[in-house]
Amino acid sequence: MDKEYVGFAALPNQLHRKSVKKGFDFTLMVAGESGLGKSTLINSLFLTNLYEDRQMPDASARLTQTLTIERRGVEIEEGGIKVKLTLVDTPGFGDSVDCSDCWLPVVHFIEEQFEQYLRDESGLNRKNIQDSRVHCCLYFISPFGRGLRPLDVAFLRAVHEKVNIIPVIGKADALNPKETQVLKQKIRDQLKEEEINIYQFPECDSDEDEEFKKQDEEMKGSIPFAVVGSCEVVRDGGTRLVRGRRYSWGTVEVENPHHCDFLNLRRMLVQTHLQDLKEVTHDLLYEGYRARCLQSLARPGARDRASRSKLSRQSATEIPLPMLPLAETEKLIREKDEELRRMQEMLEKMQAQMQQSQAQGEQTDAL
Amino acid sequence: MSELVPEPRPKPAVPMKPVSINSNLLGYIGIDTIIEQMRKKTMKTGFDFNIMVVGQSGLGKSTLVNTLFKSQVSRKASSWNREEKIPKTVEIKAIGHVIEEGGVKMKLTVIDTPGFGDQINNENCWEPIEKYINEQYEKFLKEEVNIARKKRIPDTRVHCCLYFISPTGHSLRPLDLEFMKHLSKVVNIIPVIAKADTMTLEEKSEFKQRVRKELEVNGIEFYPQKEFDEDLEDKTENDKIRQESMPFAVVGSDREYQVNGKRVLGRKTPWGIIEVENLNHCEFALLRDFVIRTHLQDLKEVTHNIHYETYRAKRLNDNGGLPPVSVDTEESHDSNP
Repeated sequence: MDKEYVGFAALPNQLHRKSVKKGFDFTLMVAGESGLGKSTLINSLFLTNLYEDRQMPDASARLTQTLTIERRGVEIEEGGIKVKLTLVDTPGFGDSVDCSDCWLPVVHFIEEQFEQYLRDESGLNRKNIQDSRVHCCLYFISPFGRGLRPLDVAFLRAVHEKVNIIPVIGKADALNPKETQVLKQKIRDQLKEEEINIYQFPECDSDEDEEFKKQDEEMKGSIPFAVVGSCEVVRDGGTRLVRGRRYSWGTVEVENPHHCDFLNLRRMLVQTHLQDLKEVTHDLLYEGYRARCLQSLARPGARDRASRSKLSRQSATEIPLPMLPLAETEKLIREKDEELRRMQEMLEKMQAQMQQSQAQGEQTDAL
Repeated sequence: MSELVPEPRPKPAVPMKPVSINSNLLGYIGIDTIIEQMRKKTMKTGFDFNIMVVGQSGLGKSTLVNTLFKSQVSRKASSWNREEKIPKTVEIKAIGHVIEEGGVKMKLTVIDTPGFGDQINNENCWEPIEKYINEQYEKFLKEEVNIARKKRIPDTRVHCCLYFISPTGHSLRPLDLEFMKHLSKVVNIIPVIAKADTMTLEEKSEFKQRVRKELEVNGIEFYPQKEFDEDLEDKTENDKIRQESMPFAVVGSDREYQVNGKRVLGRKTPWGIIEVENLNHCEFALLRDFVIRTHLQDLKEVTHNIHYETYRAKRLNDNGGLPPVSVDTEESHDSNP
């Protein structure tokens, strides 16, 4: 018998079982001008038809349309694991003649989710917190331009510190391989120039083999992903059935790595980095929001509490003090005050009654 | 070779009574050689054609114009650097070339409009374009109204405006509608669907239908305008083009590839070669035939007889029925009636 064996190596399995039972939440936002194949790509990624009942307004209706935020939910089950996927759509983005500030509703939406989470986290019932924060934003870039347009830059700068951005080139079958390379390089250069932070896929472990590392490097090098989506199965001109788009001059295969980066995107987004996206959202982006939020609420008392609380979060030994947002604390104090006052009133009434009955008793005695 | 008719001469002061003689009865007169005489004259003088391209950057405007005229005639050809930043306001860049075919010289001017539709706020971005078009009408008007007129007034008026629609597959964009609403009364607009190699056949025909319907609903008359069809023959021919082919879904390319033993203009992709002049692949050939081989002269005539006349009438009205006095501050040039 192995005296050294304690048994906690089984912990990952336990976690795994627990999370399988709990299920998994993920919120994905898709943004970009209309007509770049966003809906088709989402349907292709998740093999569902989320946009069946969609009505596309025509141009004259869109003259006065403002940007709206739409949410669609779908539960996907695969291999016993349940994923509750929420898709956030931004119809109307980039459509108007004047698109100034059209990204503000999106920024507000993302921050609202953070605010909601902050409130829930600081509240009393924390068992059933619903995480509606946006974990990832797929931003679609047009293949017809020469890189990022002014609107793309404005949107990305407004949201890059608040959400994980994965840039994607939509309808990539408009480009041949050389044009794709040129466009990707241009976009990468522009992102660096404008200091936009996109989601960084983490380094793979040092103990992975060379082959895997090389593949990982290639995948990272193909960002932004040039994608083609399709919900149709067609014949590739021969006998094979593939998912793709059939043209008179040939068939584009969605899952062919020589035709587009769909497989790379699917692998990196869905198969390997779903959890990491959630963690970065929580550990980096949400914490950033929380710190900014609490600092701005800072009053002398609150500031001390806030910094104390922040410190306590950082030290792993202490259990973090539950710190309610100021408004809530004051509300509770007021409520308690009310209760006390009421109780006091009742007490006084009872005392008065007792005095009265005492007085009456004395009178009857006297008589 | 299409018939080349010289620009309309002013009508004589006393209209002549038409008398018709059936030449077959009396012998061959030789009047029909007038066509050959006109042709010779036109070949000697050559003619002007000014084409404007409008659309967001990256839609293949320059490439398409190069493909249409089979020469490097657009902005792309000159030393313009492709890495230039998008201009903050719409610029108008006109580049002229003389190209020759079959002894006929054409002075082709391509007018490009970089910066259109590329900003975050594109309100009124069509104004510089409208201004440019009206300036050309004004230039022509001034020459026409001059006492000592040039024998052949240099024609810089925009004869044709190709408007590039982005192949979203959904519908027109609000900017497209706004532009065409403002400019379809001022210049001949031919809408084209750019980079059409991203749409399958079904998507293409659905998109074209939706675009046609939207244009109709919004009262936008693109060239060939229904109201200017001269006779039944024109009407049936143009109806067919208006209701079935337009807007033309085009692909442009200046590269040649070998396909089935022939050298063709096309785009090479991992899934096949798109042949620009193959009607099964795209409608470039239809656009080219329409603009160059059949309707080139008509484009010029509609510009002169209708759009220019509308401008002229407005200017004369504004001036109380008198020919306009020069509005430039640089020229102090007065024309007396």
